[in-house]
Amino acid sequence: MRKQFRVAAATSAAVLALAMTACGSGSGGSGESTGITVRGCTPKNSLIPGNTTETCGGNMLEAITSQLIRYNTETSAPEMDIAESIETSDNVHFTVKLKQGYKFHDGTEVKAENFVKAWNYTAAYANGQGGASFMSVFKGADVIGAEGATATEMDGLKVVDDYTFTIETATPVSNLPIRLGYTAFSPLPDSFFADPEAYGKMPVGSGPFKFVSGDNQQYVLEKFADYSGPEAAKVDSITFRVYTDSQAAYNDVVANQLDFTDEIPSSFLVDNQFQSQLGDRSMQRETLRYAGLVFSPNDPQLASNLKLRQAISKSIDRQLVTEQILNGAAKPAHGWAPKTVNGATDTACGEFCDYDPEAAKALYDESGGYSGTLTITVNGDASHRDWAEAVCNSIRGAIGLDCVVVATPNFDEYQKQIKDRTVMGLMRQGWQGDYPSIENFLAPLYQTGGESNWARYSNPEFEALLTQAAAASTEEEANKLYGEAEAKLAADLPTTPLWYPMTSVGWSNRLENVAVNAFGGLDYSAVKVK
Amino acid sequence: MSEMNPVTGDAATTKEGTSTAAEPGPDGANAVPTRERARSLGRDAWEELRKRPSFWFSTALIMIMIIMALFPQLFTALAPQSDPRAADLSRARQAPSGDAWFGFDGQGYDIYARTIYGARASILVGVLTTVGTLLLGSIIGLVAGFRGGWLDALLSRVGEIFWAIPLLLGGVLFMTSFPSGLDTPYSVVVGKVVFVLTILGWPRIARIMRSAVLQVKPLDYVQAARALGASPLRIVLKHVLPNAFTSVIVVATIDLGAYIATEATLSFLGIGLQPPVVSWGIAISNASGLGLLQSAPHMLLFPSVFLSVTVLAFIMLGDAVRDAFDPKGR
Amino acid sequence: MGTYVLRRILQMIPVIIGTTFLIYWMVFSLGDPTIGRCGERPCPQAYVDKIHAEYNLDQPLIIQYVRYLGKVLHGDFGTSFNGTTVADQLMNRWPVTFKVAIIAIIFEALIGIAAGILAGLRRRSFWDSLVFVSTLVIISIPSFVLGSVAQMVFGVKLQWFAVTATQGTWNQLLLPGLVLGSLSMAYIARLTRNSLADNLSSDFVRTARAKGLSNGRIVGIHTFRNSLIPVVTFIGADFGALMGGAIVTERIFNIPGIGGYVFQSIQTKDATAVVGTITMLVLVFLVMNLIVDLLYGALDPRIGHE
Repeated sequence: MRKQFRVAAATSAAVLALAMTACGSGSGGSGESTGITVRGCTPKNSLIPGNTTETCGGNMLEAITSQLIRYNTETSAPEMDIAESIETSDNVHFTVKLKQGYKFHDGTEVKAENFVKAWNYTAAYANGQGGASFMSVFKGADVIGAEGATATEMDGLKVVDDYTFTIETATPVSNLPIRLGYTAFSPLPDSFFADPEAYGKMPVGSGPFKFVSGDNQQYVLEKFADYSGPEAAKVDSITFRVYTDSQAAYNDVVANQLDFTDEIPSSFLVDNQFQSQLGDRSMQRETLRYAGLVFSPNDPQLASNLKLRQAISKSIDRQLVTEQILNGAAKPAHGWAPKTVNGATDTACGEFCDYDPEAAKALYDESGGYSGTLTITVNGDASHRDWAEAVCNSIRGAIGLDCVVVATPNFDEYQKQIKDRTVMGLMRQGWQGDYPSIENFLAPLYQTGGESNWARYSNPEFEALLTQAAAASTEEEANKLYGEAEAKLAADLPTTPLWYPMTSVGWSNRLENVAVNAFGGLDYSAVKVK
Repeated sequence: MSEMNPVTGDAATTKEGTSTAAEPGPDGANAVPTRERARSLGRDAWEELRKRPSFWFSTALIMIMIIMALFPQLFTALAPQSDPRAADLSRARQAPSGDAWFGFDGQGYDIYARTIYGARASILVGVLTTVGTLLLGSIIGLVAGFRGGWLDALLSRVGEIFWAIPLLLGGVLFMTSFPSGLDTPYSVVVGKVVFVLTILGWPRIARIMRSAVLQVKPLDYVQAARALGASPLRIVLKHVLPNAFTSVIVVATIDLGAYIATEATLSFLGIGLQPPVVSWGIAISNASGLGLLQSAPHMLLFPSVFLSVTVLAFIMLGDAVRDAFDPKGR
Repeated sequence: MGTYVLRRILQMIPVIIGTTFLIYWMVFSLGDPTIGRCGERPCPQAYVDKIHAEYNLDQPLIIQYVRYLGKVLHGDFGTSFNGTTVADQLMNRWPVTFKVAIIAIIFEALIGIAAGILAGLRRRSFWDSLVFVSTLVIISIPSFVLGSVAQMVFGVKLQWFAVTATQGTWNQLLLPGLVLGSLSMAYIARLTRNSLADNLSSDFVRTARAKGLSNGRIVGIHTFRNSLIPVVTFIGADFGALMGGAIVTERIFNIPGIGGYVFQSIQTKDATAVVGTITMLVLVFLVMNLIVDLLYGALDPRIGHE
């Protein structure tokens, strides 16, 4: 039996080797074409920039589209892309001038109208776009975005000429230019408005790569020959191959069957195994991500007891958990925004983010304690369970409060429970910055009525500081005020920061010049084939 | 065939008797065994079992597992760590040593204590689900095969539908409709997992049972028994079940191991057993990342060995019982 | 026989209607599919309203279901939220799943039956023990461990097989097929062994022996065909199960098959995709079981189809 099997295996290996050499000579051996394959995932919506706010579609749109500004891969600082200049004197009225000759993939030129119409389309209620909330910064977005609204144009956007338009914001916004680099703010070509559905299947952008084809398994992008922007591609094509599991993608990268994976499975981070397997073909970097725990506002014991929240916060050994469970792929947090974003200092949390079991225990006893079992609720469809259990054990060990992890079957169910306000104890909150500004880590998460304000935090002083910061005339002044707002969070502790997850990527021996931006994505225009 | 037939003497004679009884011999009354004979069949089986070392070996293993499930503290009393929930994260993944006989897992839990305490949930889920699918599947398969006609069509088609429902869909739906909270009793939490696995798992047993019935039904002695007016229940118990037992027991004993592993899949999706409940399945699934297999293989090894030994014991027991009860096999 | 087959085919109609409704109801009960489609943040109301209107999500279940059936009768199996049609996905994915299933079935049937015969003919011999221990090992290694170790050893290190099966070709699917068939191989080996041993000691074999028939004839003609009935039943059921895709194996080897599609569709509460796939799957079961039932007659002429 055994002998037979071995013969069969050997034969098939030979067949396979033949098949692979045949493939190799066809696709990329001759040096003519320099196509690369990268790990992708299946988009949840059709590929319309204004309708895509999740990462699977977002990663591809990143290569297909371009915006007024782009972010420096290394520093995340905003740089002009389609915009020639964006000027303002009062943080409310902005004048945008465009570069001339910037082309869409269908050959038409990018004009002021393409921005204004695109943003109006995204904001209008009737179009039901997932990125509508990003438009709320513009004056009039609330009018056309209101339920049942039929108006389709915002007051805040006016076309001056083909290459100039003006923006009026709803409230003062000091960091408007930095926000406009997000894919939801991409211009849309005239063809989009004729048939949005067709566009969703075959998106047309103005970025370095144009969309060629896609089914649920792979999406092919080709270098756009007429690209005139600053991010010209150095490879001929990018194929996004869908991998459900990061381990499969990783193994393919190790075997040089896939050129790039944006995730190294955590089990290979143990003992730095990935470094011995990939050597210098791997990289870890800090990104615009934040992970924290929200003290559930539904839980009266936590909501009304600051000392208890402080005690719990101090009983979490962030350093040890990031080392042993996350295997070094996260930095312990000392504030509510990672240092990679403009304006963040990562110091606001102070002593309450430092592990100190004795002090925690003393605070806990002082606070009167927590009756019952503390729970940490996470969504079970991602790898949150392990660290949550370790955090629970840390709390239990330090203050003797019994703690267990509750996992929901998936993220949907998790969001539903939060919406229904049934979650007690602590709950996980992850945040991926939309743009590299500290404002994006404070306003959506802790402002009254903010869509992701799971703590239902509401502090007038905090909000006054945010408003002042938004109206500040200089960046330094704004950042100082944002810092003061962050300090309010430390005083009230509606949530406790945990760490800033890092991105770990790996690539094949074919690639060089691999750079990863602060969003954790490959710099598609910089990457080269050896 | 002599090596297959180690039993001689008394038992063998009775076996001959049973075997003739099953045939439509010249003596028609023999086709419907009397009560005395029925009792002697059971006694024969027991005599038969007693002589098999594999029976005693497997029973002993199962007894140990049951004691472990009932009184885990007996097994951990002398161990360096007796609390399965005590974690020392700084020692995560350390190999076996005097401080932890089976080493530490990813959370810094003592694997020995976790494995001992994991027996309860794993054995409960494995055994109860196996018994559940066995009962439900056997009854439905028997009825379908024996009655035939529209009832067979109905039961078989229902089985096909249930067989097609993915565990993920059925499991998530059931568990989100009837969620377990922190104060849900242990038995209810385990019961729900068993229920879901049973509801989606019975059709295969039913198919196999039905095929065995179809195979036995046309045999002369069964037809004769029917013609003589023996009650269907009697025919099933005397003639059909012993035949069908062979295949069903094979599938059921292997299923036992599979269910213990499947429980981990459910737990992983957040719809199975939840912490602080510990189980082998959860331990195995936590240890199974490829990178972990290379740097901390002990995390997988110990719970897997316990799982295999349990499955081994039940397969051996199943074989022994089957051999003993099967009138032809002796 | 003709009428029997016809009757079985007619039975499929109510089964299909029943299944579609049951699955539709189950996915419907999972809740609002618009939750969780906009990354880490909740979706804007406008987006939710639009999806609800497009997919009739505000209508009562029965109306949604009837509209769905109406579309299916016109050959439209529905479109997922990301614009791909269910029919396209099924057309792309079934062949891949079919290939893996065929590889797994051939592997498990050949090796499993061979091992089972070997063990069953010489019970309590060395071979019997070897088969027993091997099956035990297979049973106790979870499929995700077996799969990822096989991938690492034979794919990445030795490079005998493709690491992943992203294109779903026969060559790429060989290793996943072997992994997928391994657990069932254990079932088949033990089923064959016990069934064969059973029949070997039964009366008709003794009679045949007494008549002086050769061992080979006894095993070949009288016993083997008979012993295959439970095995064939199992293989039939297993083929059906394999056609439903294997979530774990598909993930490990990145196979674009049915299992991953069902998984993803359930996760995104994509009712049309789940109903379409499961209904096709039930059809496969119905046909498989019909074939198996017909095979019974061929394997054991005493079993008739009334």
